[in-house]
Amino acid sequence: MNLKTFLAMLARDAHVARRNFLTILIQTLLQPMFFVFIFGRVMTTSGLMSEQYKVLLLPGIIAISMFMSGIMAVAMPLVSEFQFSREIEDRLLAPMEIEWLAVEKVLAGMIQALIAGLVVLPTAWLVMGGVALSTNHLLFFGIIALLVSGLAAAIGLTLGCSVGQIQIGLMFSMVLAPMIFFGCTYYPWRTLDAFPVLQWAVLINPVVYASEGLRGALVPQFPHLSGYLVLIALALFDAAFLFLGLRQFRRKAVS
Amino acid sequence: MSVGIRTENLKKIYTSAPPVAAGMRVAAARGMAGWRRKKQPIRAVALDGVSLEVRAGEIFGLLGPNGAGKTTTVGILTTRVRPTAGDAWIGEHNVWQQLVRVKRLIGVVPQRPNLDYSLTAREILTFHGAYFQVPPALRARRAAELLERFKLTERANEMLLGFSGGMLQRLSIARAMMHDPEVLFLDEPSAGLDPQTRLLLWDIVREYHARGKTMLLTTHNMEEADALCQRLAIVDHGKIIALGTPQELKQSVPGGFLLQLQFDSPPPEFLHALELLKGVTEVRSRGDGTVYIYADRGGSLVPEVIGVAVQAGVGIRDVHISEPSLENLFLHHTGRSLRE
Repeated sequence: MNLKTFLAMLARDAHVARRNFLTILIQTLLQPMFFVFIFGRVMTTSGLMSEQYKVLLLPGIIAISMFMSGIMAVAMPLVSEFQFSREIEDRLLAPMEIEWLAVEKVLAGMIQALIAGLVVLPTAWLVMGGVALSTNHLLFFGIIALLVSGLAAAIGLTLGCSVGQIQIGLMFSMVLAPMIFFGCTYYPWRTLDAFPVLQWAVLINPVVYASEGLRGALVPQFPHLSGYLVLIALALFDAAFLFLGLRQFRRKAVS
Repeated sequence: MSVGIRTENLKKIYTSAPPVAAGMRVAAARGMAGWRRKKQPIRAVALDGVSLEVRAGEIFGLLGPNGAGKTTTVGILTTRVRPTAGDAWIGEHNVWQQLVRVKRLIGVVPQRPNLDYSLTAREILTFHGAYFQVPPALRARRAAELLERFKLTERANEMLLGFSGGMLQRLSIARAMMHDPEVLFLDEPSAGLDPQTRLLLWDIVREYHARGKTMLLTTHNMEEADALCQRLAIVDHGKIIALGTPQELKQSVPGGFLLQLQFDSPPPEFLHALELLKGVTEVRSRGDGTVYIYADRGGSLVPEVIGVAVQAGVGIRDVHISEPSLENLFLHHTGRSLRE
């Protein structure tokens, strides 16, 4: 591994992200904020939903934001860089094993996902008009946040190296939308007790562990999956998607 | 330190769709109305045993039509295409065993500019320098020099969206020179360039070569191959069909000279008399007084042609001698024109 080259590529990604800061910020913040405002403020204030719902919602919204920004930060540039212009070759030809370029992309995506989480957390909290969050599990929260951002970036790598430009729309509607809706983001896993088959089926969805983990860290008074289970599952999904993503990347990078 | 290039029996068979720039025709395309039928396996032979040696400090050309295997050869030598069989070396380093070492030695100008569209022209150069660990002060200076040399200084701080094809191509070459590589690969470097920029490119290639660098360029332009390359390999259907200096190659074709003459209404018996001259292989008349004589000699034939014309009382208005050309050579070896 060639650290200087690796850091130069990370600097390049940081430079590009800085240049597109406003776009990325709007992309990350706007949709979750609408959601938070309608479901966490309008619906709860009007009495259509209980006050407690917004407490449940916050960890899920953070999970979605981190997920989407991590995936987008890695997958979208990769899809276009692997198109026939093969912009990616600019970096594949740098004096470093090509796998490290993929790792660099994942690291850059992780950083972006963590920043997204850090921005969405206080903003959503404010929009909802304050929510009581637990600060007793900060270390657990930190580890979960790292694993979730790593998972998002690794999924981004896998998707970015498997999907062509024309299938991007399909990727959103067929992969990302079901992952989010069946990811226990808007409801805790326990509420699926009434749907036993679904309750077990959603466990193959990594987003479930992300939202349940964040729920366990921030609002532990609500039912959530065990912390150990969440950590193990997230670590396994991280490893699996990183492995898969690297394989796809290698296949795509060299013809 | 100059570094040479060597390949031994390189083969490449694509079993999935080859990259666009390889310009291959895929032998077995997918069946129509695909999803019901099974996909036909793809098998496209891009290279069929290419062995060549480029000497250190040489400008070497690969000449051939589209889809001949030039881009694939360059792709393998530049770590972007994995060979199905055979070996390739840059200097003493085996390309597919010492990838990182090799990448340090080479600069690549691809057929289609693969520039980083998220950066400005200057940033493309400086970041490229950073990837190759060129120290910050040096990379800023070198980027400024290259931008100036390639006439891009005015647009240096712009993003690439408004750049013309020629500008992208120039920037692409500048980028390849940013880390001062020992071996420079130029894949169709002048495709899409206007004549003026092409001459600038040729100058730059010669300058770079004068510093002892090795260059491998591919082209289907004979003029370019002739003007730049010290040695050439002619490639067709993934094989090398001829190799030598441009002069040697041209002289290897019998009847390679072409005399174009303009007469005042030449009669048929006069044309027949021309055919009987020594060394003439073919005489063609266009009907408007223009006559083409294909022969194995050029200048020495002119006095004899004039002699025959004076005897027959036919006036001569113009004489033009064409040297044996690579076009003729390609035609001779493949039976096809380079332009086909």
